[in-house]
Amino acid sequence: MKPSKAVVILKDNLWSNNPIFIQILGICSTLAVTNNLSNTLVMTVGVALTTAFSSMTLSALKGLIPRKVRMIVQVVVISFYVILIDILLRAYLPEASRQLGPYVGLIITNCIIMGRAEAFAQANPPFLSFWDGLTSGLGYMAVLMAIAVVRELLGFGTLFGLRVMPAGFVPWTIMIMAPSAFFLVAMVMWWAKSMQAGRQAAGKEAKK
Amino acid sequence: MTPLINPVTLFFASIFTSNILLTNFLGMCSFISISKDWKSSFGLGMAVTVVMTITAAVSWLVLEYVIAPLGLEYLSFIVFIVVIAAVVQILEMVIDRASPALYMSLGIFLPLITVNCAILGAILFMQIRRYGFIQAVAFGAGSGLGWWLAILLLAAIRERTEKNPVPAGLKGPGITMITIGFMAMAFIGFSGMIAVQ
Repeated sequence: MKPSKAVVILKDNLWSNNPIFIQILGICSTLAVTNNLSNTLVMTVGVALTTAFSSMTLSALKGLIPRKVRMIVQVVVISFYVILIDILLRAYLPEASRQLGPYVGLIITNCIIMGRAEAFAQANPPFLSFWDGLTSGLGYMAVLMAIAVVRELLGFGTLFGLRVMPAGFVPWTIMIMAPSAFFLVAMVMWWAKSMQAGRQAAGKEAKK
Repeated sequence: MTPLINPVTLFFASIFTSNILLTNFLGMCSFISISKDWKSSFGLGMAVTVVMTITAAVSWLVLEYVIAPLGLEYLSFIVFIVVIAAVVQILEMVIDRASPALYMSLGIFLPLITVNCAILGAILFMQIRRYGFIQAVAFGAGSGLGWWLAILLLAAIRERTEKNPVPAGLKGPGITMITIGFMAMAFIGFSGMIAVQ
């Protein structure tokens, strides 16, 4: 049976075309908060929802927007959703909102959202675009959560603020600081690319 | 309350100790794709610096005299984005008229800048830290120069590592991320020289 389009999109966005390790998009706004799991969770959920809803909106509006002002309309639609998220966070998670500070607003310039709006929502119906945006966000979330687990576990000895490591554990200060995030992203890229290369080679062998 | 920071200190701090790219991860997308080429990096860095300085000043004025009196803080994200887009557009037209030669080297990068996270990031930091006007301009200019410095350094390193043997899976973006990591570590060496949040 041929997999349906929705499944193909899911697979693409989670693995073979993952926004972080293949497209290298949107690292900016979230990497900075990956030394804390709960903040990363809040941020990535925000990114996933914004991508999904703005893709849907832009796909529904695509016939109405003149090409020349497309960029600015896209940005305004995205900012609209980000403002909603910011207000919700302030109301229900004031602590997280305070810690995230300017980074919530920076979801607007997250390249994934623009990228999906340009590459997918322009040519596809609203519901499929919504799904595409959501799964892209999930692919993004998976990688960043993995990085955040390593950084928080080794940097503070905690997960979601709960102590996991034994009392004698010496925290790795480097994990709290900026460079470790770059190294960990590189590790994820390395692992994913080698896996994909291996699978492709295996596929070629099988065809022979 | 405006914090008591000497604008000159703030200027140097935002270049070195709290480099917007290496400590706040802002502006990574264009950073990684453009830094393959030294000349384009130079042009983009220059454009970012110019736009960042001007937008910091303009959005400070807008924030102080339009948004705050009208109580429209919840709209500030949209206003900032529109300010950035407008400044970029005007700058593009001005440069095109004033110096076609400069336009050739700088102009192509200007549209890219509207969605560069570093610009919006600098403005949002400025808003949250409540900088005064001079501090805002110093911070904008310093952050822009810091970004310029980082992309030039990375482009120079990448030109040299291009032909080095790298494990297949790490080629391209992977090794670039590691290089940026080392640069970030080197920049940590500056911290403590100037203590500014």
